[in-house]
Amino acid sequence: MEYTLIIILLPLAMFLLLGLAGGRLAPRTAGLLGTAAMAAATAAAYTAAWEYFTQPRTGGVFPAVVPFDTVWLRFTQTLHIDLGILLDPISVMMLVVITTVSLMVHIYSFGYMKGERGFQRYYAFLALFSASMLGLVVAPNIFQMYIFWELVGVSSYLLIGFYYTKPAAVAASKKAFIVTRFADLGFLLGILTLSYWTGSFGFDVLCDPQAPAVASAAGRTFLGGSVLAWGLALCFVGGAGKSAMFPLHIWLPDAMEGPTPVSALIHAATMVVAGVFLVARLFPLYAAYAPGVLTGIACVGAFTALYAAAVATVQTDIKRVLAFSTISQIGFMMAGLGVSGMGGHAGTGYVGAMFHLFTHAMFKALLFLCAGAIIHTVHSNEMGAMGGLWRRLPLTHAAFLVACLAIAGIPFFSGFFSKDEILAACFAYSPAMGWFMSGVAALTAFYMFRLYYNIFWGRPAANLAEMHEAPAAMTVPLVILASITCVAGFIPFGEFVSSDGLPYRIVLDGGVAATSVVLALAGIGLATWFYADGRQRIPDGLAAALPRLHRAAANRFYIDNAWLFVTRRIIFDRVSAPLAWFDRHAIDGALDALARGAQGLSFVIRKFQSGNVQEYALVFLLGVLVITALAVFI
Amino acid sequence: MNFLSLFVFIPLAMIVLLGCCRSRTQLRAVMVAGSGALVALAATLTVLFLDARAAGDTAPMLFRADTVWYEALNIHYSVGVDGISVAMLLLSSIIVFTGTFASWRMETLAKEYFMWFCLLSVGVFGFFISLDLFTMFMFYEIALIPMYLLIGVWGSGRKEYSAMKLTLMLMGGSALLLLGILGIYFGAGGETMNLLDIARLHIPVEWQRVFFPLTFVGFGVLGALFPFHTWSPDGHASAPTAVSMLHAGVLMKLGGYGCFRVAVFLMPEAAAEQAWFFLILTATGVVYGALSAVVQKDLKYINAYSSVSHCSLVLFAILMLNTTAMTGAVLQMLSHGLMTALFFALIGMIYGRTHTRSIDQMGGLMRIMPFLAVAYVIAGLANLGLPGLSGFVAEMTVFVGSFARADLFHRIVTVAACTSIVITAVYILRVVGRLLYGKVLDPAHQKLTDATWDERLAVVVLIAAIAGLGLAPLWVSDMVREGILPIVQHLTANLL
Repeated sequence: MEYTLIIILLPLAMFLLLGLAGGRLAPRTAGLLGTAAMAAATAAAYTAAWEYFTQPRTGGVFPAVVPFDTVWLRFTQTLHIDLGILLDPISVMMLVVITTVSLMVHIYSFGYMKGERGFQRYYAFLALFSASMLGLVVAPNIFQMYIFWELVGVSSYLLIGFYYTKPAAVAASKKAFIVTRFADLGFLLGILTLSYWTGSFGFDVLCDPQAPAVASAAGRTFLGGSVLAWGLALCFVGGAGKSAMFPLHIWLPDAMEGPTPVSALIHAATMVVAGVFLVARLFPLYAAYAPGVLTGIACVGAFTALYAAAVATVQTDIKRVLAFSTISQIGFMMAGLGVSGMGGHAGTGYVGAMFHLFTHAMFKALLFLCAGAIIHTVHSNEMGAMGGLWRRLPLTHAAFLVACLAIAGIPFFSGFFSKDEILAACFAYSPAMGWFMSGVAALTAFYMFRLYYNIFWGRPAANLAEMHEAPAAMTVPLVILASITCVAGFIPFGEFVSSDGLPYRIVLDGGVAATSVVLALAGIGLATWFYADGRQRIPDGLAAALPRLHRAAANRFYIDNAWLFVTRRIIFDRVSAPLAWFDRHAIDGALDALARGAQGLSFVIRKFQSGNVQEYALVFLLGVLVITALAVFI
Repeated sequence: MNFLSLFVFIPLAMIVLLGCCRSRTQLRAVMVAGSGALVALAATLTVLFLDARAAGDTAPMLFRADTVWYEALNIHYSVGVDGISVAMLLLSSIIVFTGTFASWRMETLAKEYFMWFCLLSVGVFGFFISLDLFTMFMFYEIALIPMYLLIGVWGSGRKEYSAMKLTLMLMGGSALLLLGILGIYFGAGGETMNLLDIARLHIPVEWQRVFFPLTFVGFGVLGALFPFHTWSPDGHASAPTAVSMLHAGVLMKLGGYGCFRVAVFLMPEAAAEQAWFFLILTATGVVYGALSAVVQKDLKYINAYSSVSHCSLVLFAILMLNTTAMTGAVLQMLSHGLMTALFFALIGMIYGRTHTRSIDQMGGLMRIMPFLAVAYVIAGLANLGLPGLSGFVAEMTVFVGSFARADLFHRIVTVAACTSIVITAVYILRVVGRLLYGKVLDPAHQKLTDATWDERLAVVVLIAAIAGLGLAPLWVSDMVREGILPIVQHLTANLL
């Protein structure tokens, strides 16, 4: 299956072409080229998926295929960074997800970005991102993953800051890069730890709890934990940064400054789930040697899910609501992985998380693309400027509704199936966890329908008559993604992807499903009661009754302020500035003082060399007198 | 005559020819021909070297030549190269070549400027091919002296002060170095100045304990060893563009190169004993330089502090005393050399247009000079270690190598050094955000033009080298590692 190489090389070549020669191409040509390359990559990815999942299983599992692998950088004879392609169930699944969403976004951007300055540059960056993300998921070793991990980070930086004359976009891009870089430090240290103790970067070793190198490293402890657990915990820090887990989530809402299709591709469907993918990739090791870390992941995921959902209920910028919703949903995936065990029924959480990753990518990309279609015509992100839009944008409305139903967990839409798996796993882990996550699911239904009602129903917007449906380039992707969202739930996902690779039959847990449906309906009902008529009496009353809570939630519980305090007030003002002063005045000052001292000394010594004969004679005479006196008196 | 000596004779011939030039065109012709010949020579050398190695020539140094120079003190003119020197020669020739184009429009005393520039190159190239301690030291001094005039005459700002400070501090380092070299010479019995011969003899440990720190600090001053780095910000800020490029790009590498070729290689026991102390200094330098860069406002200061951080990482890696880390040190020298040269070139080009280097007085340059701005972003990304560009390869090799030292002390300093990847991102993105993005601050900047062809050439060559090293690092890394292996073997053999 060597042809899978072109899935990555095509977008990469397109990045180079559009990046170097984009200025000389017409915007239309550049866009068409980029889209054509992506379409070809998508076709190749689908072919690969078909070929991979139709091959015979060996020992019950789909064998991993490594069609390409070459040494890129050698440290020692055994430790080297390879660049290669690893096809296994999750990487093939990710290939499908990424190419699909990326192709949709490529097509959609034709309409959305039409006439923008830097259209060619935009397509170049999209291609760079796609290539990097694809390279990340097929990585056969953890260092290649890190390489592409950094590259998706930088493409995200470039795309968030696409409108580089806008100060907010520049600040957001910087924040996104630095926060994730901070987390990546953890990832890097994790990689170094794991590779040092196991002597390998390859997932063939790192994903095999029975490998001798891994087993012997498991015996080593540091500060009470095994070195493997430490390494895995550090890797999770990197994953938490990319996947916007609390408290490293602060960059994601700001990242909405980027063009909306970019938010759909990078900050909803693909890059932000890289952290989930990382944990899933190393899952055998987590399950075998770091159950404590998994518990931590579950707690972080669950808390993030609640926190982000709570914040989402009071945001007024529709993209921010979706951003917090993304954070919350990734929290679900992390929690699913955290509560999961290895193999069979214990691995439900793993299957659920991966399934949810798949379905969420589709419906969240759909939501963002719908939001783009809305913003395209409303020219504002604020809910206040919207209302009653269903009449003018029937297609967008239908697609948005489908996505809302999916994320709320209404039966037969894709999100229902995947979320149900996660909830079932949570209930199996502990009832407290199960009820907690179910509560968050209800909250999800509530804030999504708050968003839905505020956009499409309620008080009609002022200039409703001027609004119109988006051009075909934008609506076609909406239709495709909405169709996927309607049917994706029926994919027998467990047949393809499971914690141990053996086919796993997803069975709906009747009790859990009923609970979650009732809760989702309750959330939707509450949202209908609050927001459907557009007068917002109850929510305004609630906000007035609980002013502190409302203000805190609107300000994202002041987490951003806390980070700003740490960076601005402490690192900049208390560390860097004094250090720079110290360097100029203390260290350099000491050297200057040394130089001045030497100069001063030379001034003193110079006096002895005045060239004045009388002076010399005087000193000579005094000397003679002193010596004579000494000779006489001693 | 051995063809390695061409590295010295070409710049010498250039000086003579420059002296005969009567017009700017002739100066340019000589410079382009000469520096182009140097690049071609370095490339040829690389090919020949790799061929010889592939053919199984395992001698530690290839293409050797030896002429007695001063019998009484056993001083020879002795040359030879291994993988490390080849890499450094390649780097130097690229920097000299691009530096020529970066000073293409030099107005004042162009002839004299280029002559000093070539003399500096004589020193640099001579240093990298020398195997004789004394000859090495002599070339080292030849490289340092022109710096005083180049900054003092052609510089800007507080140029006399900076030139004096730089020269005094580096001369102070040289004084220590001279003591160190004498110590090595007499410690090894006073029979030979040849590096390889001395390595075969044994310097008594008591001697090493005294002369290792002298040598290490002596070279370290040039390699921005904390706290002897303060010449760097002032010196770079005042130096003309091409001189900054050559200085940060190549001259600072003399320090790192000397540290392991002379200090660590010849005095392994003392190196192992005292490494902890210098590791603390260099790890401090890595973090300290980066943190200091965060709040600077002058582009050259930012880059100078960034250089302190990156060059400290070179010394840091050397002191880890294992193959991977030391390979990383050489890669970091190459990478830092290329990207700092690019940075200083770009800063010079921007300064030449806006006549300011303060990031508070510029903004939105991306719209006005897109070529320079994009190149600046690429340089920044290389600096913060983006995969695909050279910085990543070097830093990762250093970190993986350092992590192989598993005791708690080495772990702590390694983690401290690793934090620099975050701080670097902070200061790079801060500058990029202020300088290039946003709105145009000064309306007068609207009329400025983008890069001219000579500037573009310099920038493109440097970016190509950075990307080349970043994308296909294997051959350089393997070539360097083969050079490091005997050094580390010598180290371990002496320590057991």
